[in-house]
Amino acid sequence: MSKNTIQITVNGTSYKREVEARLTLVDFLRDELDLTGTHVGCEHGVCGACSVIMDGRPVRSCLIYAVMADGHDFVTVEGLGGKDGSLSPIQDAFWENHAMQCGYCTPGMLIACHHLLEENPDPTEEEIREAIGGNLCRCTGYQQIVEAVKIAAQRARGSNL
Amino acid sequence: MSTPHQFKYLTKKRRVKEDRRFVTGKGRFAADFKFPGMLHVAMVSSPFTCAKINSIDCSLALELPGVHYVLTGEELASNINPLLSGLDLPEVKRLPLANGRARYAGEWVAAVVADTRHIAEDAAELVAIDYEMLDFVIDPEEALQDTAPVVHPENGNNIFFDKTWTWGDVEGDFAKAAHTLALRAKWSRSSTVPIETFAVTASWDGGREMLDVWASIQMPKYPEQIARALRMPVTSVNVHFDVDVGGSYGLKRGIRQTVIVSYLTKKLQRPVRFIEDRLENMAGGEMHGPDRIFDMEVAYDEQGIMESLKITATDDCGCYPGRAPLQLGKPVSAIVGPYRIKSAQYHARSVSTNKTSQEAVRGFGQAPTNFAIETVVDRIASALNTPREEIRRRNLIRSDEFPWRIPSGSEYDSGDYHTVLDKLMKTADWDGLIDKRNAFRESGKLAGLGLSTCLEPSGGNSSFEPLFNPKNNTTTWMESCLIKVDMLGGICAMMGTSSSGQGHETLLAVSIAEVLERDPDSIRAIHSDSVTALPSNSPVGSRMAIMLGGAAAGAAKKIKNQVIAIAAHNFQLPEDRLIYEGGDVYVKGDTERCLKWEQLVDIAHRQYHNMPIGSEPGLQAQHTWEVPSGGAMPKEDGTVQMYPCYAFEAHIPLVTIDPGTGQVQIHDYYIGHDCGTVINPDIVRGMTFGGIAHGIGAALYEKFQYDESGQLQAGTFMDYLLPSAHEIPTVEMIKHYTPSPLTEFGQKGSGESGYLGAPAAIASAVNDALAPLGKSIATLPMRVRDLEELLNS
Repeated sequence: MSKNTIQITVNGTSYKREVEARLTLVDFLRDELDLTGTHVGCEHGVCGACSVIMDGRPVRSCLIYAVMADGHDFVTVEGLGGKDGSLSPIQDAFWENHAMQCGYCTPGMLIACHHLLEENPDPTEEEIREAIGGNLCRCTGYQQIVEAVKIAAQRARGSNL
Repeated sequence: MSTPHQFKYLTKKRRVKEDRRFVTGKGRFAADFKFPGMLHVAMVSSPFTCAKINSIDCSLALELPGVHYVLTGEELASNINPLLSGLDLPEVKRLPLANGRARYAGEWVAAVVADTRHIAEDAAELVAIDYEMLDFVIDPEEALQDTAPVVHPENGNNIFFDKTWTWGDVEGDFAKAAHTLALRAKWSRSSTVPIETFAVTASWDGGREMLDVWASIQMPKYPEQIARALRMPVTSVNVHFDVDVGGSYGLKRGIRQTVIVSYLTKKLQRPVRFIEDRLENMAGGEMHGPDRIFDMEVAYDEQGIMESLKITATDDCGCYPGRAPLQLGKPVSAIVGPYRIKSAQYHARSVSTNKTSQEAVRGFGQAPTNFAIETVVDRIASALNTPREEIRRRNLIRSDEFPWRIPSGSEYDSGDYHTVLDKLMKTADWDGLIDKRNAFRESGKLAGLGLSTCLEPSGGNSSFEPLFNPKNNTTTWMESCLIKVDMLGGICAMMGTSSSGQGHETLLAVSIAEVLERDPDSIRAIHSDSVTALPSNSPVGSRMAIMLGGAAAGAAKKIKNQVIAIAAHNFQLPEDRLIYEGGDVYVKGDTERCLKWEQLVDIAHRQYHNMPIGSEPGLQAQHTWEVPSGGAMPKEDGTVQMYPCYAFEAHIPLVTIDPGTGQVQIHDYYIGHDCGTVINPDIVRGMTFGGIAHGIGAALYEKFQYDESGQLQAGTFMDYLLPSAHEIPTVEMIKHYTPSPLTEFGQKGSGESGYLGAPAAIASAVNDALAPLGKSIATLPMRVRDLEELLNS
């Protein structure tokens, strides 16, 4: 199988790697870069567990080949918090409100919610549900996730006062 | 019995210990473990519903660079023992790979091992198999006919289990009753479908003679099952229970997958990993849930008071029995629901068909049974033209009647069903909801209000095992905890199981903190490896709050007693002169005379000369707890105490149905919930909301549809529909606490809550919406197309 050279930035670090054309981005992140926080759920673009941020927008890394990621900039769940290990507001709100159980869909959910709050610091319930509508969670029934987004949004607004 | 406000740490909001690693992407799931030299497996699946395997030619696959091995069913069968069956069916051999005959479309026939999963998948397509198609049977009632093709010819027929129990004077009660009513209700094949598929890596170390296993597992006696299948001692199997499991809800029991990679790692002397892809999981993973037809008959009086109930449950088990048929057994523990029904008959049938097998699903058969019972209750209300809530009030067991023994022998521990129902209806504003429903109707919509009241049997003793299999004499389903206090006073608690989102680390820490009065955040809780673990039966049957919580409290009490004994010895005073507070021990009336926790721990670890004579040095304790009220075999008539604790829930959803498309929308959802003392309120909320979401999925969307030729039509998330945040409403939870007299803190189970009553409640709402049209439906799921068809028929 022929290989291609790609150069991508993930969580602020630049990587240059040789990859097979058929390697998906999620497998690349997990197997080549050891960033195992991004999870594989359905491998056909429905569940959202593999969501990462590409050039500022959430994408499904199971639907993108690594070769297509060449030259692009990514943020994964490992890049949401501070370099000192501190939690981002949405991570902290998820923890505080137990917006998860098994934790498997959580990285994808966090990516979706992080992006939402960047775009819309004061989302309505409907906007939150819209933002996570493409991320499946089998544990929570979504309620504590929706609540966590509201908590994070409220805190962020409070801190700007 | 303690009431919630008396607790220091229990019942209080507290961050869940496990969650920090999950929000930072640091969870360690089975697919995250990598080992040098690790090989990867892809499965070769049978495309036929039933076929004889004439030959398997692996030569082309083996020629592909990077391919190491192709394991066939024949080789595996001759080197392992068949997998454990829950039933006494010696002629039905369950094997990890089909041997000689493939019995359903998607069944794994061979396993290809290669350097990468990509190569293994490429090679899987090169395995040439000569199949001969055979007759098959898909419909379970057809499978019961004498003329039906037999899935396991060695078994003689397609019946895995068929038994009728009669408890009380059923025929007499039916003969005397003013009214009787019969109906058929169907619960279709769905499952909990975790977002993580099953994943397992096995690594054989010949030097240590140890098989290490990292798996996304939630299964009782998993190491023992691996050892039995592979004919090796359990002491040579080490399951790493610290693997985070990405959702399970009863389902993650990949013993076939595990035996395959375990055999391969021994054979190839390399670590071997198998991660199901979604299709392997849905079609061949043998992780579907109950698929059940209920024929219900009820006898009742003019007031709608139920006298007797007859249930025939015909369950389409699929191909292999495993543990799944026992899902007909758990409902025996609550066969009359929360109602004062004095006699009952239960005819349970497990039937094999050419479909993938069932596995344990949240509630272990109770959710379908609750749906069938609740459908009966609603029909009585309708027949008598009496409000549904009134029929329930007349039939619910009263709070002063506990403990209440039901006809099938289980004694319900406690409850206050009427109060929960009343609180729920008041908070939900039932009359207001009726007005809202009627307003929808006036605007041209179909609108319905649903109601269900049901039980969550929890903390069980697995008594359905001896009930369903006379060769099985299991009467304990114990759980253990080991606590070590280190030399500097740190507390570490160990459990012998993995977790799949239930928050067991938090449970252990808080339970121990409550007894020892130490800060829960300072208590470390870990998952032992199986070789060092004390006996556990894994987090099934809504049991861990009760059983692991009880084991942890038991061990913590032993620690506390040791600490007090050390203090008594050093003060030279009897123990009743001392007071334990926050780990410190002081003399009553003289708080100056105090030994601090750190001092007491230091004595235990280093100052044997200051220890009570003959005591054990160090500070550690273990406790293995038998299920309260357990320990007895079923009696001749099949009566048995099956579960100790019974949580109660009542649901009210308001739905509309689009008359054109049949689409159901849920506008409001309320649940009244009583699981006794709550260990952690966020965890109980989450379990309940998540359970309701599962229930909504089972009621409206999810179905493993097979076509007439036995091909699975729902092998991806494009056609097996999982509800998203758009379909699941905000739920208001109304709490009530009736402590269990049988448990340490008064807790009951909540791991299956929500799911046990939501399908019944949604069905109730849909039927209320259909009632003005004179139509009804008693088949789940009530999908858009099903309702559209019904509306336009």
